[in-house]
Amino acid sequence: MSEVRESEVCAVTVNVEIRAAELLQRRRFWNWSEADQAELDRWLDEALAHRVAFLRLEAGLKRTERLAALRPPEPEREARARRRFVAMLAKTVAGVGVLAVLGVSAVLYLPWTRTQTYTTPVGGHEIVALADGSHIELNTDTIVHADVGADHRTASLDRGEAFFDISHDVGHPFTVAVAGHHITVLGTKFRIRSESGHVEVALLEGRVWFDAGSSPGQAALLVPGDVLVARANTISVTKEPAQDLAGSLGWRRGMLMFHDTTLMDAAAEFNRYNSRKLVIAGADTARLTIGASFPVNDVDAFTRVAREIFGLHVETRGDQIVISR
Amino acid sequence: MSEHPETGRGSAKSQETAAGLAAVSAWFVREVLPLEALLMHFLHHNWHNSGDIADLRQDVYVRVYEAAQKQIPDHAKRFVLTTARNLLIDRVRREQVVPIDVVSDVDALGVAMDAPGPDHALMAREELRRLQTALDRLPPRSREAMILGHIEGLSGQQIASRMGVAEPTVSEHLANGIRALTSMLYGEAADRGRKS
Repeated sequence: MSEVRESEVCAVTVNVEIRAAELLQRRRFWNWSEADQAELDRWLDEALAHRVAFLRLEAGLKRTERLAALRPPEPEREARARRRFVAMLAKTVAGVGVLAVLGVSAVLYLPWTRTQTYTTPVGGHEIVALADGSHIELNTDTIVHADVGADHRTASLDRGEAFFDISHDVGHPFTVAVAGHHITVLGTKFRIRSESGHVEVALLEGRVWFDAGSSPGQAALLVPGDVLVARANTISVTKEPAQDLAGSLGWRRGMLMFHDTTLMDAAAEFNRYNSRKLVIAGADTARLTIGASFPVNDVDAFTRVAREIFGLHVETRGDQIVISR
Repeated sequence: MSEHPETGRGSAKSQETAAGLAAVSAWFVREVLPLEALLMHFLHHNWHNSGDIADLRQDVYVRVYEAAQKQIPDHAKRFVLTTARNLLIDRVRREQVVPIDVVSDVDALGVAMDAPGPDHALMAREELRRLQTALDRLPPRSREAMILGHIEGLSGQQIASRMGVAEPTVSEHLANGIRALTSMLYGEAADRGRKS
């Protein structure tokens, strides 16, 4: 008895969900009239189960769309080529299930089989998904090239700072070129920052092999917690406390984190993200230290602290904000 | 997305109801749906027949939504899990079977999920990975329709002509895709289907 009843109940749930999905896809992808809306409203008012099922799928659809929007932007030219490819594919594989599987994978991965360039403006922040499951997160004012194919995985950091989350693949090492150096990994998480004169690599997980391009033979194997700094002719490796490593990645949440940081260094950090530049006047002012967290774009919060906590003068001159005693 | 105008019912009372519905719905989407992986874990862990799970999930949601219409609970997680536990107890009583220890696991689970605040950038990356994994797991035709619709931004008619199939068939593929992706995005723990 109870078996029968249970399966009936279950069938009802599934039917409600099918109906909700049908209405939802109709509203999203097809013409939607006032009569359709009235039909939907009526159905939603009929039972709470209808409303809940619809809300749930609607949220799932929104989430899918938001994620789809997060995917890397593709040049129009490639999008056109891909559309032609899909059209051709649709004709070729109609009814051939196996080929359809391969075909759709190719559609997904095709855009990333050649070198792609990703850039962020000052204050920008972008997450790029690569075809192999790896992700590169670009900080402000950054240029990254990536080329991930079936048999190779390479990227280069031309400028700025990026967080690399490389999917594990023993057969295919991932190499990153930066300022003439080469970083080779199998699967790991690390941060690279390239500034005029030096490159900084901080490792969170896994192993990284660093080959200094400028001085052949100089190389280092990094383990988690290691921070490598490469300058013209030297490389040095230091251990960084976990807290500092996390602080240096605050930008991934849109935050700047300062611990005992001089005002000069803090201002330099803000200036990476904002077009209104902070200038600290006077050596003794620049040497004051601060410990706080700020949203990367909230220059005003910083100047408030300078004025109200440090008792400094803050003066706006065109694009510059001068902080002095 | 699109609004749902309350046509032809303009009294103050029904406006109040509509406002209440909107608030409860917003709360439900924001606070309750993200708990679906936890809820599914709880149900699978505490119920013998996995064929009932979708039904149980739906019943929990209806009960939670119903209660929230009277008053929105302060602690969504605790409320959802308590509702789930009570529902399982009711079912056990009704069925006159004594299958399982419908546990007081609520506390253990609740505490375990009180992790530090979410890292939004990290979540975005995880989510992107999940979308890719979820798309890869759809049946081929559903996946093709979803990709054409969401990533290429085509309409239903365009998808139909692109795929060379009838429009009702496209509707079916899209509806199935939406259902499957929702379950994968909400219902499965974040580390499922991830490369290790």
